[in-house]
Formats: sequence, structure tokens, C-alpha cells
Amino acid sequence: MKITRQAFLALLAGAARAFGKPRRMAMAIDLTKCWKDRGCTRCAQACHAAHNVPQIPDRRHEIKWIWKERFENAFGEESAGPAVAGAPVPLLCNHCERPACVKVCPTGATWKRESDGLVIMDEHRCIGCRYCMAACPYGSRSFNWSDPRPFLRVIDPAYPTRAKGVVEKCTFCAERLARGGQPACVEVCPPKAMVFGDAADPSSAVAQLLRTRHAFRRKPELGAGPNVFYLL
Amino acid sequence: MSERGIIAAGIALFLAGAGFPFWHNAFAPPRPLVLRLPEAERQCVAPVAYMRASHGGLLLAWRDRVVRGGERVFTAPDGRVRELSLVRTCLGCHEKTEFCDRCHQYVAIAPDCWNCHADPRRPQ
Repeated sequence: MKITRQAFLALLAGAARAFGKPRRMAMAIDLTKCWKDRGCTRCAQACHAAHNVPQIPDRRHEIKWIWKERFENAFGEESAGPAVAGAPVPLLCNHCERPACVKVCPTGATWKRESDGLVIMDEHRCIGCRYCMAACPYGSRSFNWSDPRPFLRVIDPAYPTRAKGVVEKCTFCAERLARGGQPACVEVCPPKAMVFGDAADPSSAVAQLLRTRHAFRRKPELGAGPNVFYLL
Repeated sequence: MSERGIIAAGIALFLAGAGFPFWHNAFAPPRPLVLRLPEAERQCVAPVAYMRASHGGLLLAWRDRVVRGGERVFTAPDGRVRELSLVRTCLGCHEKTEFCDRCHQYVAIAPDCWNCHADPRRPQ
């Protein structure tokens, strides 16, 4: 049987579509639920305990994976009406569709995982150039200016600490997902304001929330395509 | 003439001092490296000869499989499924100070594993 080049390519494209659609892990944070207790920091506490994130008093050296920021600082002055101005918004790595940090990394220490869209960090390969920190428009990355261990009261040996001279950030709890779990922040959130799942699967809880609720993202005009959505 | 004796004695003293590491080791009793083996386990993830020679390479390969490839478990040659983890698999049996450090100190190498990974027995 003779096959034209065009038919072969069409066949190839069909096969590629049929074989495993990649997942696109995303998080939806329901701010109305989050704001029931504006002083709550359980998500940050759980995350930072699970990943040995140090509490460094000097703010220039601070390390953070998930933290709270005033609404107008997260979304811009013009988007903050009187109803939301000053309200705390949980921020974390957005695991962007087109991550700028990945593009600039000279060693391939950070990359976008094809199977589920997580922006993964390999601290073994990080040389500490901090290009990714300059590139990230969300301030999601932190640099270890010194050995973080003196700033950790307890070290959980189940997760490595980092060393002086590497960059770190939220990983959407890749190690917990691999064991079939949920991210630590999602699990611990008292009002269950955070929903995590595969946005490419229309039946997932996160995809349904994004369809039915008013969802918005940080700095959409940059085209990075964040995968952390905020619901109001 | 009397200087010959002083020179000879000086040379002998110098050789004795400079050669101290050699003759001290030559007459020292043999020090067999006895590593305490885990009580609950009889079989490592790979044969002993391979682990002795290549555990560093094995750990680097594990690291790449976990961090870069997203694999978390593997099937050992004895058929058991184990976790690809320095802390949970290796340190699950062996203690860092008694097992890893003894040889590493002897051969004067300092692998940077421990800058980040911690022994669960003494994490601080």
C-alpha cells in the first residue's frame, strides 16, 4: 500500500492525539472561603514544615514557598476595589504554561514536566545564578544566601533541606502527588478553600470550578499562563 | 672525624621521622573494617561487591531517575519493590555515622549529599 506524505502526517497526528493526553495540574483558591479567617496561615505552616523551609528573620534573605500578600499587591492597584483592598491572598508558584524561569535557566535545573505540567526544580543542578528569580514575574522563587539549617527548628528528614547557593520554590508537592496524595496546603486548609486537580480533565473538581465560578489569575497580560486560579 | 657520627645520627633521625607513617603502618596490627549490618535485613538492593565499588554511581543514577524522571520505586535484583530513596531505603538499614562516614572519613572524601539530606536518626 502506498501512502502519501500528507496521509502519513495526518496518521501521525491522530496517533499522537489518541495516546495519553497530558494532564495539566492546576489549583483553584476560593478567596471567599479563604477570607473566613484572614489571619490563618495554616497552608504556609504545613508547607514549610513538610519541606523544611526555614524562617529567616532578615527579610532580604527570606525563603517562601507559599505566603500571603495584600490583594492590591497581588493583582495590581486598579483591580482592587474597596471590597477586596487589603485582603490577604495566598500566593505560590503558578506552574505556568510558558514558564519564564524555565526559559532562562542555563543548566536545565528547572523544567516543565510534560506528563502533568508541574514546573520542577532540581536543586542538584542549580548553580545559583538567580536568572529564574529575575525572570519570574510572581516572585515565587527564593535564594539561599546562607545555609538554611540553622534557621530550622525541626528538620523533617523525609524531605531534604537545601544548601547555600541554590534557588527553591513550590513544587505543587510533586513528592506527595507521586504517592497519590494532595499538596500539603490543600490538605490542611481548614475551610477547604484550595482545590487541586487536573484542569485538562473536564470532570475534575478544579475544571468544574473554573467553568462555574468567576476565576482570575495574576498578571494574565504577560502570557505566562499561570495555573493557580483565584475564585470570587 | 667526630662530625661523621653526628651527621649519621642526624640522617638516621630524619629517616625515622620522615618514614614514620610507613614503618608505623607496617608494624601496626591489621584493622579490619567491620561495618555493623542491619539486623532485620539480609539482602542489600544489589550484590555486596557491586555496592562496595559503585554505590556512588548507583545513588547518582537513582537521583536522576527520581528528580528528572519522576520514578519513585524500582524492583531490586531479588525481586522486591523498593523506593528509590537515599533516606528511606539506604538509611532505613544503615546508619550514616557508622556506615557512610566511617569509610568516607578514612579515604578523606566529603560527598555533598549531607548538605541537604539528613539521617532520620539524627536529623539536626
